[in-house]
Amino acid sequence: MLDRIDGVDARVRAYITLTPDLAMRQAAEADERLKHPDAPRLCGVPLALKDVLSTRNVKTTCGSKILGNFVPPFDATVVGMLRDAGAVTVGKTNMDEFAMGSSTENSGFFPTFNPWDLDRVPGGSSGGSAAAVAADECIAALGSDTGGSVRQPAALCGVVGMRPTYGRVSRYGLVAFASSLDQIGPITKDVKDCAILMQAISGHDALDSTSLRAEVPDYESSLHADVAGLKVGLPREYMAAGVDEGVRGVVLEAIDRLTEAGMEIVDISLPHTEYALATYYVIAPAEASANLARYNGVKYGYFDPDSDGVEELMMNSRGTGFGAEVKRRIMLGTFALSSGYYDAYYLRAQKVRTLIKRDFDRAFESVDLIATPTSPTVAFPVGEKVDDPISMYLSDVMTLPGPIAGIPGISVPCGFSEGLPVGLQFMAPPLGETVLLRAAYAYEQLAGVESATARKAV
Amino acid sequence: MLDPEVVEHVSQLARLTLSDEEKDKMRVELSKTLEHFRALSELDTSALPPTAQVIPIENNMREDAVGDCLPKDDVLANAPRTRGDYIRVPAVLKAF
Repeated sequence: MLDRIDGVDARVRAYITLTPDLAMRQAAEADERLKHPDAPRLCGVPLALKDVLSTRNVKTTCGSKILGNFVPPFDATVVGMLRDAGAVTVGKTNMDEFAMGSSTENSGFFPTFNPWDLDRVPGGSSGGSAAAVAADECIAALGSDTGGSVRQPAALCGVVGMRPTYGRVSRYGLVAFASSLDQIGPITKDVKDCAILMQAISGHDALDSTSLRAEVPDYESSLHADVAGLKVGLPREYMAAGVDEGVRGVVLEAIDRLTEAGMEIVDISLPHTEYALATYYVIAPAEASANLARYNGVKYGYFDPDSDGVEELMMNSRGTGFGAEVKRRIMLGTFALSSGYYDAYYLRAQKVRTLIKRDFDRAFESVDLIATPTSPTVAFPVGEKVDDPISMYLSDVMTLPGPIAGIPGISVPCGFSEGLPVGLQFMAPPLGETVLLRAAYAYEQLAGVESATARKAV
Repeated sequence: MLDPEVVEHVSQLARLTLSDEEKDKMRVELSKTLEHFRALSELDTSALPPTAQVIPIENNMREDAVGDCLPKDDVLANAPRTRGDYIRVPAVLKAF
């Protein structure tokens, strides 16, 4: 695996930090553990971690210069869980700064490139993780998903990505972006790997007060449960204008195939879908502006050495340390929370959040699942959207509503348009991970895991 | 279009130094983005409760027991400037 990374990462640039010595040490330990018949499920499996996850004694930058030298004194809960399960961690993957972006071009260090076409973006913000999985630079990876940052890059890189129910996976040690939306999720080569990783990272954690106490089902065995009779809702709002013709065709064909497994397709409506983008881009930046107040050049991270007085130190450290998109969102969020604008923007967005959640509640009274495209387009060329924030924000239009309602979603590869991978998204009610995995696995069995490695650029 | 004073005020609230060029750009971009948010005001939200979080749990407390905390040296290791067991910052109170 390390040789493969050596061979291709100069072109893909999926990793910010590689930890070969740690990986070799963990691999040696895994070799020992594998001698016993009760070796854990992930024993010896090389995984990558998005650089938003705190790793003890391993630099964790969150894609930002402001954390360029930050070495956490603790592991995120999920990192400890993976290690307990015997995983080998090969490195920390690139991302949009503070997970704000949909292309990994907002990384404070360098962009990552799509393994299918190196002139295109891998999606984001977990673009490094998705590219690393697609380029065989790891077996699987963890990402984080606030508005689509696991599922959208998974779709654009032709791999599987799951966003669990809010609270299913501990967020302790996940660098906070928007606390009511952030979730950690796996990015894998197939649905079975996704179930195995979900098993390893799910469960209650006393260190995260939003962690759910619900029992963790056996995800892997749930893959094989029958899907016949499952009702799949097809929301008309997600097939409206804005979805590329090619993507729409491939996704509709994929949804049609679900009937071969006995699933029933039902037309539904989620009438407030069009308001999700604005709702998200008020709430997420508002929460981010509060969360990112901690980067002030005092306790850790970049500090401006020439400032006079503590206020100037804070303002200048932030002004220099943060990149353009992060500043844009801090400003947007601060504005939405500021006196005189709070009711019109933040409070109103929270109320519309209620409407979006009710749309899903109502839909799930009559269907078990919802199926949509994961992204309205295939991977776009590097640089295409970088100067147009709104068009970049629109890349997440299919994945934003789920997090607003707190529900889980999965993206599974479902074919190609313009020679590039297309993702099929399933969404389910809270704690519906098992039905998502079942449906995605059933689809994967029908479609076959296409061995299209030859089409990749690396 | 937002007034330049609003951008200035918000950057102060956010404790964020912006260059003049950044302020000009921010003014244009924020105005465009807020334009998109206008869609939210089409909806009658007067009777709706706000949703701040999506899970049905409240006051998720752990037992009030003393546990381990991070070693002081590990915590201070990331601070840009320290003195002894303390983090050093410029003077907070100015002499008048």
